[in-house]
Amino acid sequence: MALTATEAGTRKLSTAKAMVEGIAQEMERDPSIFVMGEDVGAYGGIFSSTTGLLERFGKDRVIDTPISETAFLGLATGAATEGMRPIVELMFVDFFGVAMDQIYNHMAKIHFESGGNVKVPLVLMTAVGGGYSDGAQHSQCLWGTFAHLPGMKVVVPSNPADAKGLMIAAIRDDNPVIYMFHKGVMGLPWMAKNPRAIGTVPEGDYQVPIGSASVVRAGKDVTIVTLSLSVHHCLDVAEELAQEGISCEVIDLRSLVPLDRRTVLESVGKTGRMVVVDEDYQSFGLSGELAAIVAETDPGMLRRPLARVAVPDVPIPYSRPLEQAVLPTHSRIAAAIRKTVA
Amino acid sequence: MGDVSELFPLIVRMDEDGELVGDLGLVTKQDLVDVYREMRLLRAFDERAWNLQRQGVIGTYAPFKGQEAAQLGATKPLDDSDWLVPTYRDWAAGYVRGVPVTHGLFFSKGHPRVGDVPKSANVLPAQVVIGAQTLHGVGVAWAAKLKHERTATVVTFGDGSTSQGDFHEAMNFASVFSVPLIFFCENNQWAISVPIERQMRAKTIAQRALAYDMEGYRVDGNDYVAVYNLIAELAGRVRNGEGPFLVEAVTYRLGAHTTADDPSKYRVEAEEERWARRDPISRIEKFLLRESLIDEEQIQAVDVAAKAWVEEVLADFKAELSISSSVLFQSVYAEMPQSLANQFDQYMKRVKEVGA
Repeated sequence: MALTATEAGTRKLSTAKAMVEGIAQEMERDPSIFVMGEDVGAYGGIFSSTTGLLERFGKDRVIDTPISETAFLGLATGAATEGMRPIVELMFVDFFGVAMDQIYNHMAKIHFESGGNVKVPLVLMTAVGGGYSDGAQHSQCLWGTFAHLPGMKVVVPSNPADAKGLMIAAIRDDNPVIYMFHKGVMGLPWMAKNPRAIGTVPEGDYQVPIGSASVVRAGKDVTIVTLSLSVHHCLDVAEELAQEGISCEVIDLRSLVPLDRRTVLESVGKTGRMVVVDEDYQSFGLSGELAAIVAETDPGMLRRPLARVAVPDVPIPYSRPLEQAVLPTHSRIAAAIRKTVA
Repeated sequence: MGDVSELFPLIVRMDEDGELVGDLGLVTKQDLVDVYREMRLLRAFDERAWNLQRQGVIGTYAPFKGQEAAQLGATKPLDDSDWLVPTYRDWAAGYVRGVPVTHGLFFSKGHPRVGDVPKSANVLPAQVVIGAQTLHGVGVAWAAKLKHERTATVVTFGDGSTSQGDFHEAMNFASVFSVPLIFFCENNQWAISVPIERQMRAKTIAQRALAYDMEGYRVDGNDYVAVYNLIAELAGRVRNGEGPFLVEAVTYRLGAHTTADDPSKYRVEAEEERWARRDPISRIEKFLLRESLIDEEQIQAVDVAAKAWVEEVLADFKAELSISSSVLFQSVYAEMPQSLANQFDQYMKRVKEVGA
């Protein structure tokens, strides 16, 4: 049934439901896709990323695994080399540690090692981020770690439409794609309420190209480069600072590998100021990479020193007040922007 | 090869009706009166902790309700010099070793006090990453062996952990190096939403021991008397250099995985009711009543005592809740590196300027 433009343009979903819709549509289209992970079946994914898929596609295509990340990531890699297109969920990105060999030495390198003969079309989707008191081993973002290692694409949607569009693009990609969704953007009832976690999502075959950033707010005074849940914080701050006459341009990177350098450089070239807001650790990560890209393109591009709002180099604390002290919060972002435009 | 699970029959001494189907062994009747009281207190604490999370006082909490006999049975027979390497659900086990039960609450608040385990307890901080502590347990036991200490180490873990590579590597290493260790699995049947039969094809966890040429035992984890006697015997043998051993304590997670979980999504009430009848506390209560070791009045007195004790625990907890944010930076390294000291300065400056 065809929808009218109005209906298609106003239908709203949570990020979690948008992800599920993307996966389900692709599973309908392509029988080689299966979903595998811990609690992805009857539970529907502990962050609701697979809700309803078991009922719809059955237990041969939606598979609860033993608690054995090395095993199911290795298995998915093997299945992908034999023509399947697995979607595997690593429940928390923090758990990559027990399976990193399978990820960065196998999933990411088989294509290279085979001289390009063996493809690994696989989506590793994983929950990232903190802000809800889950401690040092369940709250990290770690996208910088994955983006640092060759052979994998890395996407990080911040909203429902991108969540669907990037999921479909990731499934159709012939490379392993790490799909990192922040728990705070999923629209879960037990998380802090986030109005942007529910939004308009195009129906049907909707893709967001991997490697393309999005200017989510245009401005002229300062470029805020950010991603994931921090996009929402930055948009809130930008709205507030507009009242003070500060015009912020906010870039949602959406993909880290490949990274849309052009969009970043064009914006910084225009504003001459850059604030990076990154929920990952500060040192040796995304914020440093962005600084390097600007510096190696034109060191004179920045009229003011850049600012980084990232997690300091400490484990993420479980305690709520301590955790809030290290995360990129509204007040930290606002302070950094004010300083940069002063 | 026949069915190897038959080599690992379930060891029971007191059944769910509180009837002795074996003897009490090393456990005295007075021990049972004391343990009954202690389990009731811990149960009251556990149920209160659940409510505290619902009230927003604490963060995520993993209840141990239903696993009291396994946890007390695994730790009561240990000597002071023995070690416990626990998981996030083992607050009752830790309590036996001298870890204040408030640690369960501090843990769920992320309060740094939770790392402050009394040295005399010989307990490592509770591990959250599934199965990782099995390797730490091997390390603790191996250290004891290298130091020629006659101690036993008990490492606890759940059924889900047995699917992790860490568990199998720990079992192999412990076996090859003959370390003085008891692998104590609290098989509570569920790893969040995944039942044990989806976790493994083997009928028992105990039979995993065969592959490592280790002795394995399968015990009713809701039977304190059986667990206590088994661990007392094995700990003695471990101290004499006969270890390691694998023990599967068959129990049940009467509550949810954690306060963030809702088991009605994936398991049926009939199963929960069946296991509620096998409750580790009620079977001791039935035994004590039948033996006239307690009466209804004393049972009610325990209720009152449990409530009062939980209030005391909460008062201790609330008295120590404040945290200085300087701990964020101070405990990352043994000495703070200059780069982190700079971030600390920036942080303090920011707090001064913008209050966050």
